[in-house]
Amino acid sequence: MKRFIGFIKKEFYHIFRDRRSLFILFGMPIAQILLFGFAITNEINNVDIAILDHSKDATTKEIINKISASKYFTIKQMVTRDADIASVFKKGQVKAVLNFEKDFSKNLIKDHKATVQIITDATDPNTANTISNYVNAILQKYQKELNKNITFAYQIVPETRMVYNPELKSVYMFVPGVMTIILMLVSAMMTSISITREKELGTMEILLVSPIKPFQVIIGKVFPYIFLSIINAVVIVMLSIFIFNMPVQGSLFLLGIESVLFIISALALGILISTISATQQTAMMISLMGLMLPVILLSGFIFPISSMPEPLQIISHIIPAKWFIIIVKGIMLKGVGLQFIWKETLILLGMTVFFIALSVKKYKIRLE
Amino acid sequence: MNNNKVIQVEGLTKMFGDFAAVNAITFEVEKGEIFGFLGANGAGKTTAMKMLIGISKPTAGKATVAGFDVFTQAEDIKKNIGYMSQKFALYDDLTVKENITFFGGIYGLSRKLIKEKSAVLISELGLEKVANTLVGALPLGWKQKLSFSVSLIHEPKIVFLDEPTGGVDPITRRQFWEMIYKAANQGTTVFVTTHYMDEAEYCDRVSIMVNGKIEALDTPKKLKEQFEVANMNDVFLKLARG
Repeated sequence: MKRFIGFIKKEFYHIFRDRRSLFILFGMPIAQILLFGFAITNEINNVDIAILDHSKDATTKEIINKISASKYFTIKQMVTRDADIASVFKKGQVKAVLNFEKDFSKNLIKDHKATVQIITDATDPNTANTISNYVNAILQKYQKELNKNITFAYQIVPETRMVYNPELKSVYMFVPGVMTIILMLVSAMMTSISITREKELGTMEILLVSPIKPFQVIIGKVFPYIFLSIINAVVIVMLSIFIFNMPVQGSLFLLGIESVLFIISALALGILISTISATQQTAMMISLMGLMLPVILLSGFIFPISSMPEPLQIISHIIPAKWFIIIVKGIMLKGVGLQFIWKETLILLGMTVFFIALSVKKYKIRLE
Repeated sequence: MNNNKVIQVEGLTKMFGDFAAVNAITFEVEKGEIFGFLGANGAGKTTAMKMLIGISKPTAGKATVAGFDVFTQAEDIKKNIGYMSQKFALYDDLTVKENITFFGGIYGLSRKLIKEKSAVLISELGLEKVANTLVGALPLGWKQKLSFSVSLIHEPKIVFLDEPTGGVDPITRRQFWEMIYKAANQGTTVFVTTHYMDEAEYCDRVSIMVNGKIEALDTPKKLKEQFEVANMNDVFLKLARG
């Protein structure tokens, strides 16, 4: 035990004396959360649009007023001819053009039907989609107002309610993702680098020749990172609660336990990486390419898994981050308890055990 | 078993697939001896040494180090040997004192003993002024000497040195050998591999490995007589060329 404490003390010296690792450990989580929280957002605000109004009557004016009154759109210019639509898009001045047909009001009264075309710049498909949805919503609302006094025999009125994140804040979606990335990065990459560093410097050999046992070396190397990762998780949750007003509906304790489980699985991956890489650079590359990319792309953090092609969906199942994100979202946003996420927890636990077993086995082979 | 024989090796072999890196070597090392373990690169020195220090399992043969069997008692061997590798292997980002404390700690020395030892060690090496300096800032020669002292901190019966003087200037090498003599005089057995043939002359006995086998083993004086040459360099060349 005394040996072990001495070993851990040494690890902390390594970490605190290396500015780079200190930055990765503490600077990056905060920077990432703030960046994702403030700068990167899926919401649209003050999008520039143009209007082509062929009828210029009371109804179209009212709709245009409603649109310009919303905080989502700014009417940048009025277009007079169909031919100009292409050129305003090409100049990149606006993201969307609303094209009201001729005799809009008249058609609406006479035929009970009038058409407005929403043309969006789909070079950025997500934004285009969002814009079209927002415009639709404004039109729907207006239509409802118009029909207030008229009762139709049959009418289906969809009433959409966004639960768990009614304001559709994207920070709610990013916090679980960023937390996952940071924990993965700190735990897996930092441990794999710190273990391979000892190999590279030749100190690992000295340690193996000493009476300290190999598993003690590994636990000693990993322990500080468990500790630091937990601190990181706490910092991230605090930031999201106090700066982004993100609610934690479920139990903080459960969130903590699940985080520790995820941290341990990431650490086991880190050890595994260190057994197959001879240099720090290799360890870093494998961590970045083999862990970070799948975590960002395939975990459901940014891109929904259900819309991925079948093979990618299958691959996503073997990524621990995917399950952890489901768990974190469940606890933080839906406020669910273990009875709803026991399956994900069990999968994560199984993966952790598997990674630990595999790295122990690999580590033994390496010693031969 | 003769207690004076701290290393006894008989037919020790290490196979990598079909390739015998170490091919049935047999030798003995006596207590307090400085035993030179020579050979060209790839002759199998390092592999042989790794088996003796318990980090590589032999394929066949018998060997005991400090009275313990390399097959079954590797953990006991580790407690009784010191090791210094050709790569400088202290932590650059720890101070001189922290390094000594750390390595003392992993060999299970008490805090009090570590304190005493590090005071003695630092004053013997004349490192008082840099005791709290990061090791990375020290010149290579100092690091090597410190590394050697650290490998002796738990007073091992045998110390294994794997090309300890690589890349060090002649004066430091001289001082380093003085330290080796001192350790040997105090009863520590020194098992040293080296490239420098002039250093081979400093050893009590020398073995020369060629292609996994020990081709010659005797005192430097007798080896020179046997091969009818003036220095160890020529002994080595004669053997290596076959």
